Amino acid sequence: MDDGRPIFLQLAEHIEDGIIDGSYPDEGQLPSINDFAAFHRINPATALKGIQRLVDAGLVYKRRGVGMFVSAGARERLLAARRERFAKTHVAPLLAEARTLGLSTTELIDLIRKDTPS
Amino acid sequence: MTLTVEAHGLTKRYGSLRAVNDVSFAIPGGSIVGLLGRNGAGKTTLMQLITGQELATSGTVSVFGENPVENPRAMSTLCFVKEAQKYPEDFRVRHVMAVAPRFFPNWDAAYAEQLVDEFRLSRKQRIKKLSRGQLSSVGIIVGLASRAPVTIFDEPYLGLDAIARQNFYDHLLADYSENPRTIILSTHLIDEVANLLEHAIVIDDGRIVLDAPVDELRASAVTVSGPSGAVEAFTADREVMHHQTLGGLATATVAALSERDRAAAASAGLEVGPVSLQQLIIRRSGGWTTEEESA
Repeated sequence: MDDGRPIFLQLAEHIEDGIIDGSYPDEGQLPSINDFAAFHRINPATALKGIQRLVDAGLVYKRRGVGMFVSAGARERLLAARRERFAKTHVAPLLAEARTLGLSTTELIDLIRKDTPS
Repeated sequence: MTLTVEAHGLTKRYGSLRAVNDVSFAIPGGSIVGLLGRNGAGKTTLMQLITGQELATSGTVSVFGENPVENPRAMSTLCFVKEAQKYPEDFRVRHVMAVAPRFFPNWDAAYAEQLVDEFRLSRKQRIKKLSRGQLSSVGIIVGLASRAPVTIFDEPYLGLDAIARQNFYDHLLADYSENPRTIILSTHLIDEVANLLEHAIVIDDGRIVLDAPVDELRASAVTVSGPSGAVEAFTADREVMHHQTLGGLATATVAALSERDRAAAASAGLEVGPVSLQQLIIRRSGGWTTEEESA
């Protein structure tokens, strides 16, 4: 796990990915801070910081003495946010790479059509 | 937050050499801290001062608010795993484990036994017959099982293979999670321990050149790479910490980018990538040579 951004951000995003793809369903329990730290080989304080971010965003909540759970509706909210970001995070780089390769927008659209199962 | 180790204007001179030169820092309790620097930078001297094994020429150091020198109460909170620990001539592995509880009030004998097995040491083996790696394992076991409130590892894994080092990191994290304490890890394998550290203190030529949370350090810079022209245009009004070219391509290390800057870089056909903690420390602390970089 390393794309140059702070590890706690990467962990938070990794858990968000899990919520989006259903690995961590709404109201499902998350692994503990120490489990995340051991699994990713990161400092537990860093793991805590990452999860705290999700708690602050209301995506995850803590039940005292039990553990951490995914908030109801977390998946929907994440999907909405990710869709909004999609153009910036995926479309813009795609266009940039296409330009480098000398692909026109029309050719790019054709490629997308060809790869889209109807 | 309570401070475990604190230094003010700490200096240690050997003749005209200032091994530790007017150093001040404060280590918060319950964190894993990296004490990083080149060979001869002053790391070991600093650790000897913290553990009361050397007298400061001037300045002060305290452990839980007390001067560690000849102070049994402070000593009982410390465990210092040295690079070259000396043991009595006829000691065997089991003797080390047997005497440890006398020095470390929190010693966990069952955990130590488990570690002896995991690091594949023979209890009957004479210490002086151990290989360099096995000797390192003994130190690691003592350090972990001591559960000392301040545990200091000085280059703990000389001669250890990659598997044993990974084993050490896994145990360190797991045991630290269950028994939080202050761990100071001195090493030059910076990237290997980067994710374990909460805080990094970098020392060079006896002085502290960097003292910051690792998260903050990692977030402080990125590399931007692509066609040299585009890189140059993008970095024109930025401070470039490092610049490399290869044919028509260039990579520049610059301060962290905002979301907008990242998008601008992407649309200029540039790739934004991570800077490893080791690279960053080399850039930020100035003096490190390329020899360390490629190590």
